[in-house]
Amino acid sequence: MSESAQNADQPMSGNAEIDDKTRRDFLLWSTVAVGAAGTALAVWPFIDQMNPAADTLALASIEVDLSAIEVGQSITVTWRGKPVFIRRRTEEEITEAEGVALGDLPDPQKDADRVQKPEWLVMVGVCTHLGCIPLGQKSGDSKGEFGGWFCPCHGSHYDTSGRIRKGPAPTNLPVPGYEFLDDTTVKIG
Amino acid sequence: MSSSSDYKSNNAIVNWIEYRLPVFSFLDAQLNKYPTPKNLNYFWNFGSLAGIILVIMIVSGITLAMSYAAIESAAFDSVDRIMRDVNFGWLLRYIHMNGAHFFFFIVYIHIFRGLYYGSYKAPREILWMVGIFILLAMMATAFMGYVLPWGQMSFWGATVITNLFSAFPIVGEPIVEWLWGGFVVGNPTLNRFFALHYLLPFVIVGLVFVHLWALHMHHSNNPTGVEIKDEKEDTIPFHPYYTIKDMYGLGIFLIFFAFIVFYAPNYLGHPDNYVPANSLVTPSLIVPEWYFLPFYAILRAFTDDYFIYAWFLQWFMSAKLAGVIAMFASILVLLALPWLDRSRVRSSKYRPVYKVAFWVFAIDCVILGWVGGQPAEGVFVTITQWATFYYFFHLIILVPVIGVLERPKPLPSSIAASVKASHAPQAAE
Amino acid sequence: MQMIKTLSAAVVVIGIAVSAGNVHAAAKGPKAPAQDWSFQGIFGTYDQAALQRGFQVYKNVCAACHGLSRIAFRNFEDLGYNEDEIKALASEYEVTDGPNEEGEMFERTAIPADRWPSPFPNKQAAQFANGGAYPLDLSLITKARAGGGDSAIRVSMLQPTGFPIGADYVYGLLTGYLDEAPEGFEIADTQYYNKYYPGHAISMAPPLYEDSVEYADGTPATVSQMAHDVATFLTWTAEPELNERKNLGMKVILFLIIFTAMLYALKRKIWADLH
Repeated sequence: MSESAQNADQPMSGNAEIDDKTRRDFLLWSTVAVGAAGTALAVWPFIDQMNPAADTLALASIEVDLSAIEVGQSITVTWRGKPVFIRRRTEEEITEAEGVALGDLPDPQKDADRVQKPEWLVMVGVCTHLGCIPLGQKSGDSKGEFGGWFCPCHGSHYDTSGRIRKGPAPTNLPVPGYEFLDDTTVKIG
Repeated sequence: MSSSSDYKSNNAIVNWIEYRLPVFSFLDAQLNKYPTPKNLNYFWNFGSLAGIILVIMIVSGITLAMSYAAIESAAFDSVDRIMRDVNFGWLLRYIHMNGAHFFFFIVYIHIFRGLYYGSYKAPREILWMVGIFILLAMMATAFMGYVLPWGQMSFWGATVITNLFSAFPIVGEPIVEWLWGGFVVGNPTLNRFFALHYLLPFVIVGLVFVHLWALHMHHSNNPTGVEIKDEKEDTIPFHPYYTIKDMYGLGIFLIFFAFIVFYAPNYLGHPDNYVPANSLVTPSLIVPEWYFLPFYAILRAFTDDYFIYAWFLQWFMSAKLAGVIAMFASILVLLALPWLDRSRVRSSKYRPVYKVAFWVFAIDCVILGWVGGQPAEGVFVTITQWATFYYFFHLIILVPVIGVLERPKPLPSSIAASVKASHAPQAAE
Repeated sequence: MQMIKTLSAAVVVIGIAVSAGNVHAAAKGPKAPAQDWSFQGIFGTYDQAALQRGFQVYKNVCAACHGLSRIAFRNFEDLGYNEDEIKALASEYEVTDGPNEEGEMFERTAIPADRWPSPFPNKQAAQFANGGAYPLDLSLITKARAGGGDSAIRVSMLQPTGFPIGADYVYGLLTGYLDEAPEGFEIADTQYYNKYYPGHAISMAPPLYEDSVEYADGTPATVSQMAHDVATFLTWTAEPELNERKNLGMKVILFLIIFTAMLYALKRKIWADLH
């Protein structure tokens, strides 16, 4: 670029030419740097607009009222577009879940690591094999061989802690982040 | 295409690509070493500026299309959601909305630069005509784009303008129903306008490439209108001289654009378009956006009782049809300009009579724009009719006559000579 | 010469911009006088206290008939309320949800993600309850009236002395009722004379009276104060991004001024050897 600029009619004296060129180069590079920074900042809104919008984020977490759920009852709520199973487990189910040897589990995980309060099991009701919704929420449903949930699509069996016991699913039913706001309200997400 | 330079590089990757697809020598010839007259003024910035705004419009438009719903029941609400909930949605919408206004402003200046300096004259006739087609495509794009938010002006502007086609005898009504996809402007209309609004800008991109191809054949015109005679004396390489000058011009433009987008984003628009479309309530004043106003004025100039200076037309067409034909004619007549202008001299700098006529014409266009926004009654009708008459009088009568009869000032012998002459009194600009 | 050309370009820009504003044609009747707004101008921001008071006016006076359906409860964070206050506010209202497993729609308590529930189930019910006149949803009213939303440019070719913005119109309408229509003006019994409403005959009874709202912050609730506050609030419902927009605008324009100056210096340097 400097070559074409040197199509000048009058050549400058040596020192002045070098100083001038240095000044021009500094001006050039600082302008380029400022321009690059400005362009990056200008591009950001176009990329950020694809991120989840405010109305989507508003539904990123939900609060669920647990007071109506009886022992041995399950409900399904929708969270971030997916079903979440919330079950108030019976004493037998809790004992059974806690008594399983880790060696028997394809995806070893202690029951204590999957619940905050043993009575309440909260997990995403999407089979970890290929995404169907397992049966077991309603009283008439098949609960599989381990008394928990059964996925009809390819025959995955989950136990009373929602852990995979038999079938093609590789991992346990995922537990979302949740916290108890009080004894009867849980906030998921 | 001007001859590519002998482009050689020390970089092996560059040479590998170059051998298979000569992009580097192409860019070197067309953007780097490309000879450009050395005396271009700032009115020559507006072409590259228009190209950059086209890119801004396409990018902002695509991001908006990611959140927009082209369905009657959801369109207005989807735009409202963009404004409130989508990250930076308000910014993208205001950029796109106001970008259209600035796009037309820049292109109108670009066109008037061509009119003043005779850039449409031989051998640049095709360059000029492709430019007019770009303008037509821009107008179609803008018209359809304005319908998409589905506000009151969107709906009623679409209704009024599409209804124009019913002026044509016999084929008129079927054409209008075909455009609408129904018996009124409705969901089918909205859907197809969205599809076409998304498509046309890329057609404009294609036309712009043809426009630049034609430009590069004979290079840019310049303020003297004298052609390049000696490349070394009359021209300078496009890079770095005009790349930096175009960037500076872009910076100035962006300051004005940013001021409107951030501090007066609804100033150029119409408040009625923030009212959802209602097919049972007509707004008190239906006005198109300002860039359509001159053509809207010409459309309305023909009233049933007074066919100004064209009374004989009354016998075989309605006022409505005359208005429609005149509106399209006002743009199409520009295609004939290279042949209407008989002068051998290009630039108004050396055409004292034409220069005056040019400014009167420019003022007439501004008057047409202003009166197009007024209600069609009283003194405004008279002004519209006179301004419309003058528009065509200038192009069809004045331009050829002045071209033949005018005695132009003596031209400089070359671009270089003109530059030297302007520097003679003092060194600084 | 260059300077003249650049200057004339600038003049043309401003000229056309100003003439473009001529779409702000005068509505029938006197234009509402311009008021002072905290959000005006390039340094304007919303006065949160005014927003809260305006919300109080809307909630207690206007919400009975006028919907605000584009605003969600979570948006009230802008007014200075925290998450708990917003949850409490939302829980005062019920929204329609469903259908449930029995196929029926049901009412449930609103959550922050919900939008402001309409006072009427549909437009026809609203008209029926108000003698045929439809009380508009107010979410966008300040952008849909007079000169539109907030604007730093307040003159146009048609109105070189300035035009009112939507907030001025709302204030004018609320304070512009006359007890008696002027001589010779025919007005129905069910309507009222308003100075700034297009056509002057408005079906809405004057909604504001002195002290019709008791402000939480103790500000005296004069009609003028309430009208001013609710107009500020309604500008916010139409333009919630205003603070961010002006803030970002300042940064962008300052950056552009500096960058353009650098580009100009570089341009002069590069062109220096030609002159």
